[in-house]
Amino acid sequence: MADGPILIREERYHEIKAVLARLRMDSSARVVVLVEKDGQQIAVHGELGDLDTTSLASLAAGNVAATGGMAKLIGEDEFPTLSHEGERESIHISVIGRILLVVVFDERSSLGLVKLRSKQVSQELSAVFAAIERDSNENDPESSLFGEITDEDIESLFTQP
Amino acid sequence: MTFINYASREINCKIVYYGPGLCGKTTNLQHIYDSTAPQAKGKLISLATETDRTLFFDFMPLELGTVRGFKTRFHLYTVPGQVFYEASRKLILKGVDGVVFVADSQEERMDANIESLYNLEENLRSHGYDLMKIPYALQLNKRDLPNVVPMGDMVSELQRKGEPVIEAIASSGDGVFDTLKAVAKQVLTELRKT
Repeated sequence: MADGPILIREERYHEIKAVLARLRMDSSARVVVLVEKDGQQIAVHGELGDLDTTSLASLAAGNVAATGGMAKLIGEDEFPTLSHEGERESIHISVIGRILLVVVFDERSSLGLVKLRSKQVSQELSAVFAAIERDSNENDPESSLFGEITDEDIESLFTQP
Repeated sequence: MTFINYASREINCKIVYYGPGLCGKTTNLQHIYDSTAPQAKGKLISLATETDRTLFFDFMPLELGTVRGFKTRFHLYTVPGQVFYEASRKLILKGVDGVVFVADSQEERMDANIESLYNLEENLRSHGYDLMKIPYALQLNKRDLPNVVPMGDMVSELQRKGEPVIEAIASSGDGVFDTLKAVAKQVLTELRKT
């Protein structure tokens, strides 16, 4: 059976957002996205413009999964960081346990700086995510909200215009 | 794995379309994409070969509406059906909340259906999931073709646990939303148990 859901409480979400905002400023990045390894976006910060961060999250997870598969083929556990350098925009991905830190940056920053700053926040993010996992395992009174979902609630999703 | 974000009031779930090569997984997603209002969907991402065969996965986020004040968003994925993409198929099942098995109703594809279903069970097991417990729907696709196996025979061959069985013609959209609804309902019903 699949594990239970991951619950992100407001205070955790704001903690994460604060770390991402700091990372973005310190690394002069364009956008910073935190993604769960299965492709779900957890939080995002930066100059989004028309960037489709949902697709970015899914593709980043696919990318890490594929390179992780290659790593195993050659006897490595995983590749902890991935970098893709474009002509104008680049992406750096750090694997931090079950989460991926995706940094999108341009000529205002550099790969070295992004790597350094990403590494500096990785412990902090790891700790927040551990707290999220603890929250998810606890019996949360708020989660009884979902226990009260009725058949009508579910049915209405498919009849809403 | 379902993600519930109390700050943004969102529930995110992952549904994977599985099945043998050319059974119509991508066609299911394409139909959902084409018939959904722009504000309810994101981009349809297809990582395909030059001949339009799925190479890694297709992906589209779909927002269905709100339940108890939470936006429900389903992330729909397909796997590559061709046998030699086994490693990729396995990766995509990670964190899945619900599975749709798209079976090709043509007589000559029955062996491929059985093999792919067996492969699904194996790959789910490798991630610690059990097909018998996970939200699941069986779609019998391509019902419009002349050489299809009768529904009863397909059900007795492919149904695993009394899961909903939906006849479909994905190319014209018949049964596509019924299939999605069948699995999405089970995923949301699972949330009650948390």
